[in-house]
Amino acid sequence: MKGLKLWLPLVAFVAVLGIIASALYRPADRTVYSAMVGKPLPAFETPPLLPGKPGLASAAFHDGKPKLLNIFASWCVPCVAEAPQLMALKAAGVTIEGVAIRDTPQAMRDFLARVGDPYAAIGDDTASAVQLSLGSSGVPESFLIDGNGTILLQHVGDIRADEVPGIVAKLRAAR
Amino acid sequence: MIAEAGLAALWLAAALAAMQVVLAAIGVRRVLAAPDDESALTTDLIGAVRPVAIVQGALAALAMAMLIAVFLRSDMSVLLVAENSHSEKPWLYKFAGAWGNHEGSMLLWVTILGLAGGAVAIFERSLARATLTATLGAQALIALGFYAFLLFASNPFARIEPAPADGQGLNPLLQDPGLAFHPPTLYIGYVGISVAFSFAVGALVARDVGPAFARAMRPWVLGSWIFLTLGITAGSYWAYYELGWGGWWFWDPVENASLMPWLAATALLHSVTVLATRDGLRAWTVMLAVVAFSMSMIGTFLVRSGILTSVHAFAVDPTRGSFILALLVLYIGGALALFATRVGTVRVGNTFDPVSREGALVANNLLLSVILGVVLIGTLYPIIAAGFGVQLSVGPPFFDKAAGPVALLLVVVMAAGPLLRWRRDGWRALTSRMAVPGAAFAIGLVALLAFGRGVALLPLLGLALAAGLAVASVAPLWRRNLLRTPLFTWGMVVAHLGIAVSLAGMAAESAFTKQTLVAARVGEPLQVGPYTVTLKGISPVIGPNWSALEAHLVARRGDAPAIVLRPQSRFFTNPVTVTSESAIATRWDGQVYTVLGQIDPSGRVQLRLWWKPFVTLIWLGGALVALGGALSLFGRLLRERRARRRVEAEAWA
Amino acid sequence: MRRAALALSLLAAAPAFADSTLPAAPLANTQLPDPVLEAKAQALMVTLRCLVCQGQSIADSDAEMAGDMRALVRQRIQAGEQPAQIRDWLVARYGDYVTYDPPFSLLTAPLWIAPLALIAIGLWLARACFRRRRR
Repeated sequence: MKGLKLWLPLVAFVAVLGIIASALYRPADRTVYSAMVGKPLPAFETPPLLPGKPGLASAAFHDGKPKLLNIFASWCVPCVAEAPQLMALKAAGVTIEGVAIRDTPQAMRDFLARVGDPYAAIGDDTASAVQLSLGSSGVPESFLIDGNGTILLQHVGDIRADEVPGIVAKLRAAR
Repeated sequence: MIAEAGLAALWLAAALAAMQVVLAAIGVRRVLAAPDDESALTTDLIGAVRPVAIVQGALAALAMAMLIAVFLRSDMSVLLVAENSHSEKPWLYKFAGAWGNHEGSMLLWVTILGLAGGAVAIFERSLARATLTATLGAQALIALGFYAFLLFASNPFARIEPAPADGQGLNPLLQDPGLAFHPPTLYIGYVGISVAFSFAVGALVARDVGPAFARAMRPWVLGSWIFLTLGITAGSYWAYYELGWGGWWFWDPVENASLMPWLAATALLHSVTVLATRDGLRAWTVMLAVVAFSMSMIGTFLVRSGILTSVHAFAVDPTRGSFILALLVLYIGGALALFATRVGTVRVGNTFDPVSREGALVANNLLLSVILGVVLIGTLYPIIAAGFGVQLSVGPPFFDKAAGPVALLLVVVMAAGPLLRWRRDGWRALTSRMAVPGAAFAIGLVALLAFGRGVALLPLLGLALAAGLAVASVAPLWRRNLLRTPLFTWGMVVAHLGIAVSLAGMAAESAFTKQTLVAARVGEPLQVGPYTVTLKGISPVIGPNWSALEAHLVARRGDAPAIVLRPQSRFFTNPVTVTSESAIATRWDGQVYTVLGQIDPSGRVQLRLWWKPFVTLIWLGGALVALGGALSLFGRLLRERRARRRVEAEAWA
Repeated sequence: MRRAALALSLLAAAPAFADSTLPAAPLANTQLPDPVLEAKAQALMVTLRCLVCQGQSIADSDAEMAGDMRALVRQRIQAGEQPAQIRDWLVARYGDYVTYDPPFSLLTAPLWIAPLALIAIGLWLARACFRRRRR
């Protein structure tokens, strides 16, 4: 018994080492995931950011058609990189609803003129309220929403070219 | 050429460390086989270890000096300088920049390690030769691992071809006098513990765990503990004024990494006293020495590797991480295995009554170890949860709830401990000696309940216990001739008083802080605590490598002279960063803390103002604790020297 | 070095948040007029994790998103919600990651029991060094 007790520190040390080693070789995923996936889209209503472009309300997601909800901003660098993919999605018949985070009409107009405008609507989210209610923690992020307003999927970061077909397929399947 | 000279010095130091390990191993083996062996070969082998250790330390220091030289000269053909420095930086930050990066900080680490080994070789005279030689061998083995790490995985002297025109600059947040002193202070603390570790390994190898070993180890534990205390205190103050939100401790993994070795060293400091004075707690003391060093290594590793979500620019690639991990396995795993196989042969040592000075010291060790365990588990738990696929955060609310009550219990033990006699004492005697401190606690509690509206439980108990502890800690001086009281007793009194002072500061800050966050207009009076602060204006300022906006604030309290505060928002170009420089005014009863935020399009200025009553006591207490340690260290060394003189004099007589 | 680390952690997060030109939401950097409500909000904010800085609470972060979260907390407190409700609302969106106060569950049970378990183990180990009191 006494002999065994003396090995306890070594055992505890090996346990600590195991934890550290596991973190070293399988680095933690630092992405913050939304816990809202699989749940109904929370209710929100945002005013339009640009004249001539409607604002966005959660009611728009209950018309039976699956849609892509894109959270973006004109000041966000990866959003520029994402723009061509959004245009491609739009060309493939995907409805893209936008929520602009902390943005101004002037900056948004310039941004859309530069990278293209795939958005059916752009809601003005000045204090990130919609973003917070979705469990999103950065720009750009995209949520796939089915026709009943249920969140199917969260995509963190900019959508890459090779991810476009997958997203189109998922939205078709949700129909 | 300078860089190559540094690299050569590093290789030579590594070779000497290898030689030191071999010499010590053969020497110790021969002495242990035949303790009375005085043959020329054995004496020569053992005698060679000391000078080799000294030269090894000197060479490591030379390599560090060479690195500092290339940083001061802004030699951009050295990769490390190009990546971390810029020719237009003030010289202090070029100098400190030498260790403001991964490679340089590791070189600083082995330099201190080498110098500490050299110091043991020069100054340690009282240990048995087998124990001392084994200790120096262990120290060289640790150094060897880190030399290998530097030479094979983190060469600080690597050249870059072609050399860039200028460097990428040092992170502006690190461009602070704090950087010049903070890391070296903590490193001296960490590495000093490595000496305690080597002593423990040496004692285990030579089967010589007793009071002599404890006395040899004690100054090193004390010394490194002083530096750890100073390092943590200074780091906390740095965070306080640099981060600009008024917080002074965040339970961030990186902070915890520095707190854990301190907790272990504090426990070790107290148990080594039991071993040195009463020959008790033998196995436990050895164990703690190993734990303390493993905590400082794990701490360094956690900081270096960036595996915890304190995202770190020194992020180590897996190769480097694996290397340090391998060193951890080798040293700590090896020492714990040695402990398990050897310590069974060590007798427990003297036993004692639960109500005695030793009993209180055991309680101290127990509670400190519990806090250490809580901090370690709390820090690592997010990794465990990630293993189960759950993202979890463990932060201040957990540590306050889990470690806070244990720490307050520890304060009670701390008040009682010095009032107890060695070996055995009575409850009744203790109760009578605790009457005055107990009264101080009760008065504090009642006063706070009566006048302190809505103070939370932990700060309430903290303040009352601080009052009790302050009285109890000076009680050992009661009715004593203060001039004849030994220095180390003074040291204990001052250190314990320092804890009371610091605790009072923490509790007062948490209970009475006043905060005002506003978007202010020029001329509009703002109230924070007893002060009325007025924004007089905003003006641009140009610094050596930054430009800034500076607010001109005037704070008034009653008829006292007005205080002018100038918080800044600084813009750096190399690399592009914005930092807020807080402006703090210190008065005897607290600090006014001001930060300049953004300026609205409407011309309103975001200001963050705090009145923090007695917050300075936190760091003043920390400084007192370190001062107590220094008095104690000085007292012990003085007494030892006197004892040695007496022995020498008797030998002559 | 730990301070450096903390400082660097702020910097590492900086490019991700310091970009929008919009001024912060009114309640991000100003207090509620009622000190009791403000104290309630403050007590909650120090326990909520800033999601883009990964190492600070929203009460001491310069990140824009932390500011928006502060505004959200203050607005809801002002509207009469209890701190626990707001925390639950955030946990429903971001999981347990958003709170620095890990909720008690099967997974976190060992964490919360650790202090008591450690004290028990310590007492058991300490037994050996005490002499039995002879009467």
